Amino acid sequence: MDTGIGGLMHGFSIALEPHNLLWCFVGVMVGNLVGVLPGMGVLSAISILLPLTFGMKPVAAVLMLSGIYYGAQYGGAICSILLNLPCHPPHAVTCLDGFPMTKQGRGGVALGITMMGSMFGAAFGILQMIFFAPYVAKVAFQFGAPEICALMLLGLLAGSTLAKGSPLKGVAMTMLGLLLGIMGTDVNTGVERFTFGIVDLSDGLELVALSLGLFGIAEFLRSVNNTAPLNLTYTKIKVADMMPTRDDMKRSAMPILRGTVIGSLCSCIPGTGPTIASFVAYATEKKVSKTPERFGHGAIEGVAAPEASTHSSVQGDFIPTMSLGIPGDAVMALLLGALIIHGITPGPRLIVEHPDIFWGLIASFWVGNLILVILNVPMIGIWVKLLMIPYKYLYPSALFFICIGVFAARNSLFDVGATLALGIFGYLLVLLKFEPAPILLGFVLGPRFEENFRRALIISRGDLMTFVERPISAVFLGFCLLLIGAQLYVRIRKPKFIDKPAIAGHGIE
Amino acid sequence: MISEGRRDYYAGGLMILIGSGAAVIGSTYKVGGLTQMGPGFFPVCLGVLIVIMGVLIMLAARAGAKGGPDIMDAHHALPSHPDWRGWGCIIGSVFAFLVLSDYAGLAPATFFCVFIAASGDNDSHVKASALLAAGITVFAILLFSFVLHVQIPVLKGL
Repeated sequence: MDTGIGGLMHGFSIALEPHNLLWCFVGVMVGNLVGVLPGMGVLSAISILLPLTFGMKPVAAVLMLSGIYYGAQYGGAICSILLNLPCHPPHAVTCLDGFPMTKQGRGGVALGITMMGSMFGAAFGILQMIFFAPYVAKVAFQFGAPEICALMLLGLLAGSTLAKGSPLKGVAMTMLGLLLGIMGTDVNTGVERFTFGIVDLSDGLELVALSLGLFGIAEFLRSVNNTAPLNLTYTKIKVADMMPTRDDMKRSAMPILRGTVIGSLCSCIPGTGPTIASFVAYATEKKVSKTPERFGHGAIEGVAAPEASTHSSVQGDFIPTMSLGIPGDAVMALLLGALIIHGITPGPRLIVEHPDIFWGLIASFWVGNLILVILNVPMIGIWVKLLMIPYKYLYPSALFFICIGVFAARNSLFDVGATLALGIFGYLLVLLKFEPAPILLGFVLGPRFEENFRRALIISRGDLMTFVERPISAVFLGFCLLLIGAQLYVRIRKPKFIDKPAIAGHGIE
Repeated sequence: MISEGRRDYYAGGLMILIGSGAAVIGSTYKVGGLTQMGPGFFPVCLGVLIVIMGVLIMLAARAGAKGGPDIMDAHHALPSHPDWRGWGCIIGSVFAFLVLSDYAGLAPATFFCVFIAASGDNDSHVKASALLAAGITVFAILLFSFVLHVQIPVLKGL
């Protein structure tokens, strides 16, 4: 089972079971839908559906929830290209050239190239995972508590400083997340912490309540009466329009390849998810192009490269999550939380102990991406129609699904109230220019971080030097210092080599 | 509303408040030392660190690390005026769900949750909102009561 091919065959036998296939289909379908609908987020969609999976087998649950994530990337591109709405951060940069192409009547071609780039990028990302993840896990087998601790620290630091917004605020948010994560009964001593005498909190804060508060309710509070009007002039697309010409294919072949490589590199660095990958890919294309002035006016390279990089990065994102148990961003943190709820301990042992989940997931990536292309190419007209659902009908319905979803997580109305409170708090944070995403990262890792920190210090008899004396953990801590140093350098010295698109990436939502 | 320049001061202040609160509450549990960590050790450390981050955020704001509002940053753009109607309706909608699902059952809870939320939009019409709410209610009863058996009765005798 430890060889890639054998494992993959096993995975396909699992992913193609009718039951799992059905849930994989539901996942990518919902994902695509969420991607297409302006104003809906992947995080809320996964959180709403998470309670539904409690009755399912863990494999089916993970397949479905992951499907939402990568499915949304396909849908998000449609929204960016045809409506010029950067409703999904990774696709914001696609607007720059995708929408001008639409205005020139070449929106179909842009979508067609997007599909090809996506397929290629995703395939590369999955291959990377097949060969890379088991290897990473094998190395991680030797990690003790200090190494896990240092690695988590690196992951948290990267996740909070490399993402959008001010790194200081990102770190503050991560710490807040860690704090929220340790609410409830302490596993070592049985002491109830930060429960304020509320019985409902003794099990800790509910993951679904936190994520739906921060990314559901807070998002609606922000965007009610505050959404850009939809420009539906250019949304008539037929399947035949999607076929790119030979010239288009020739122009996009190299950008797709470069984008894919950039995406897979970005997925290897913790904290740099698909959003950064797509901006870097766009900036690179513009730099290598002989005619950079065409960018922004409908250059097909500007659509092909970022889309390919988004997809290879989205698939690569699963590597640290599945092989180390360290999520790179909020979506992965949520998936990790889902695994924990299903009683599966994430970490290097996952591949060996739950090969059906790991290989089944990889096989389902192939199946899911194939379904997505089938869903998107012949049925493009239906998706485009869905773009026209106005936000004023969407958010009230979504709000109800949030309420019932949170309730269903553990049949608790207290959690619904908590979600509301967290939503208001989350909106306050957004108003103060905080990014709430790292909170989720800290929340999921919080209990494990504390446990490993304690364990490491018990083993070393309270000697903090243990983190520096053990070589692997010292290397991780070195990376942490490097990260902080690089951030300080960029912020204080403001070197010239950081060009505008890369910086703009921190701003666009 | 908060002015653009004062934003980071408030942000830092909020962090200092949360951090010191966590540290104070955390210190009421057994803190212990590095050799024998008590349940209070981690919360106190985190609280202190959050306070430090709050101070740093304030200092960075003072140093004026950012010049002017970020025009690309639509997500964090301050609303031009407080939207009490929208906010009130969204909060009221969840609140209605909370109260009604406890006392009246799933059907009224769903209807009023959706109806109140829909009324938050400035262009909403009572009729359209009611129609949407009724549609979602029917769907919710079919899906959540009959298929998924969510633990809220459709109607409760008052």
